[in-house]
Amino acid sequence: MSKKSYRQAINEAMRQEMERDERVILMGEDVAGGTGAAGDQDAWGGPMGVTKGLRPQFGPDRVLDTHLAEISFVGAAAGAALTGLRPIVELMFVDFMGVCFDQILNQTAKFRYMFGGKAVTPLTIRTMYGAGFRAASQHSQCLYPVFTHIPGLKVVLPSNAYEAKGLLIQAIRDDDPVVFFEHKAMYDDEMEVPDEPYAIPFGEANVTREGDDVTIVAFGRMVNFANEAADNLARRGISCTVVDPRTTSPLDTETILETVAETGRLVVVDEAHPRCGMAGDIAGLVAEHAFDSLKAPIKLVTAPHAPVPFSPALEDIYIPGVDKIEAAVAAVLDHDRKVAAE
Amino acid sequence: MTVESRRPTRIPNWWEPEDDGDKASSPEENHMAEIQPITMPKWGLAMEEGMLARWAVDIGTPIELGQEIMDIETSKIANVFESPVTGVLRRRVVADGDTVPVGALLGVVAAPEVSEEAVDDFVRTFLEGFVPEEAGAASGPSAETVEAGGRRIRRLKAGPDTGKPIVFIHGFGADLSTWMLNQAALAEDRPVHAIDLPGHGGSEKALDDGSPAGLATAVIDYMDAEGIESAHLVGHSLGAAIAATIALDAPSRVDGLTLVAPAGFGPEIAGDFIAGFIAESRARKLRPWLEMLVADPQMVTAEMVEDVLKFKRLDGALAALQAVAAANFDGDAQRHSLRDRLADIAAPVHVVWGAEDRILSVAHAEGLPANVTVTVIPGAGHIVHMEKAADVNALIAGA
Repeated sequence: MSKKSYRQAINEAMRQEMERDERVILMGEDVAGGTGAAGDQDAWGGPMGVTKGLRPQFGPDRVLDTHLAEISFVGAAAGAALTGLRPIVELMFVDFMGVCFDQILNQTAKFRYMFGGKAVTPLTIRTMYGAGFRAASQHSQCLYPVFTHIPGLKVVLPSNAYEAKGLLIQAIRDDDPVVFFEHKAMYDDEMEVPDEPYAIPFGEANVTREGDDVTIVAFGRMVNFANEAADNLARRGISCTVVDPRTTSPLDTETILETVAETGRLVVVDEAHPRCGMAGDIAGLVAEHAFDSLKAPIKLVTAPHAPVPFSPALEDIYIPGVDKIEAAVAAVLDHDRKVAAE
Repeated sequence: MTVESRRPTRIPNWWEPEDDGDKASSPEENHMAEIQPITMPKWGLAMEEGMLARWAVDIGTPIELGQEIMDIETSKIANVFESPVTGVLRRRVVADGDTVPVGALLGVVAAPEVSEEAVDDFVRTFLEGFVPEEAGAASGPSAETVEAGGRRIRRLKAGPDTGKPIVFIHGFGADLSTWMLNQAALAEDRPVHAIDLPGHGGSEKALDDGSPAGLATAVIDYMDAEGIESAHLVGHSLGAAIAATIALDAPSRVDGLTLVAPAGFGPEIAGDFIAGFIAESRARKLRPWLEMLVADPQMVTAEMVEDVLKFKRLDGALAALQAVAAANFDGDAQRHSLRDRLADIAAPVHVVWGAEDRILSVAHAEGLPANVTVTVIPGAGHIVHMEKAADVNALIAGA
């Protein structure tokens, strides 16, 4: 156990799995990095330094710095997975998915189904998402709802360094294609992370706070904001349950429904856009299966249906924050008072 | 009466015994000593704040040392708080449901003859002087990994280097954090070690022998590596069977034994608990099994469940648990009995059992040989050292 950043935890997960299983390979743009820079075997380790040190340790046969064409190297990784390797492929920004989406949507996601279960595709696609990095609208999106929509893909949103290491190891060991979303604003966030390898199973939500009044379901980075909001609210006598589903596919509907049955109130926090997103999805789930336990209308806290602004001031307002979560919880609770007044 | 019974209540600084930090020991000694603060305790190294869930005593009520005076909840644990002092409760500074930092003033206890003004002065002085510990700043000693007998052992060492050492040995499936309410309280004037057994917590998962005798070797190796000639051993459940085994097989290494709900004292164990604990990987499915450990299921928090899962997820942990279970238990039967050998233990032996233990029956504490002292604590289950920490700590300190 030692303090590790989100970046170090992800790096350690890849290193330990590459040490454990020689079928694990890593490929992507600049994963070694260094063309034209000093130390060309390991200059950058990716734009955020996440893969640093892997190329010197495992060599160019297992750490492949690819050309700048996602359509071919993501396709190559999917093919390599079919032949028995366990590739980790880095799609630098999820915003670039458009370039290679047929390889993911129509090939990778469909192999097992269309080959009657006779093929497995143990492919891990690591990708960066999220706003707050002053990187404008083409490098800041939260496109996980698009991947979650597609059967055959597993979609993972680690909310901290502990979660990142265990979920990435599970992703690499999983026989199905997994899209692993790393929030670019969290790479320096530190916490205690075991030094030993461990795997966190998919489809098992983590209840990070337990309360009686309101259930908050939050995804990825928003889990931390929800925890902070819950702690602030606890000082005001409002107790919240916070659920981190960990994976949007598979989704632990059981934990969500059980906790809503206990509290009777739901706030969903999602950094993605509101249309066809996880927030609406969870609201629909609860409306269908736990309607009778609801004491108040469901409240959603999401980004607006607008591109991520480049203006720092606007970007800060764009991202769902702790204050908005607290306000949503207060509004949900206020419903009781309004009903009583009528 | 109050002076004798006073114990340090500001636990946050327990690793710095020279810095008492207690507001009551200010210059106006005689007068102030009759007024005593009740402050938010530090339960475990990570605790920074806690919620006073409910006061159990009214203002004006006489309270005794060890009396349950409030319920406190942290993210890790919900538990009753036992009074660290004796006197009359004169003020409730914090109300039910409020969350305050560790060390914050919760209430004031004073003798009946102390004036209202003096109590108010005390509260004012305390509040003016109180500086909450900075978040994450002073976390005290932290667990570390050491080499012992060729194995990687995680341990947490607290207290000074001099004094009669205590070594804490946890039970099946647990780790050193099970002593979070005990280690600090006993580490004021002696070194207190808590270790993770092989196969558990942050220690090496590989196991050659998961029986009490096999695991006893690892504990002795640790004592050798740390230069501990002899120690008071405190063991819980399987850890207690290990401690007793050491006392029998290496008597020179043991000054005394405190055995908390020990294994090896009777024929049976709740085999379904062992099986359920190993099998469940989902928080909601694991929780009912963990609730079997305590008399009051409210004590089990989501974070406690997640901490168990964090251990179980480590590569090799499940195999180690299965190996330890197989070496010690066969369904509802225990494989190893120490009962017939207890009379041979030379060191003082104190057995502590929760009256409502659902894992190892308190009936196992009956009919023990004369050299064994038994304390049965009502209202507690299998993890009595967490449920009734102050009682168990007093027994260990007095042993």
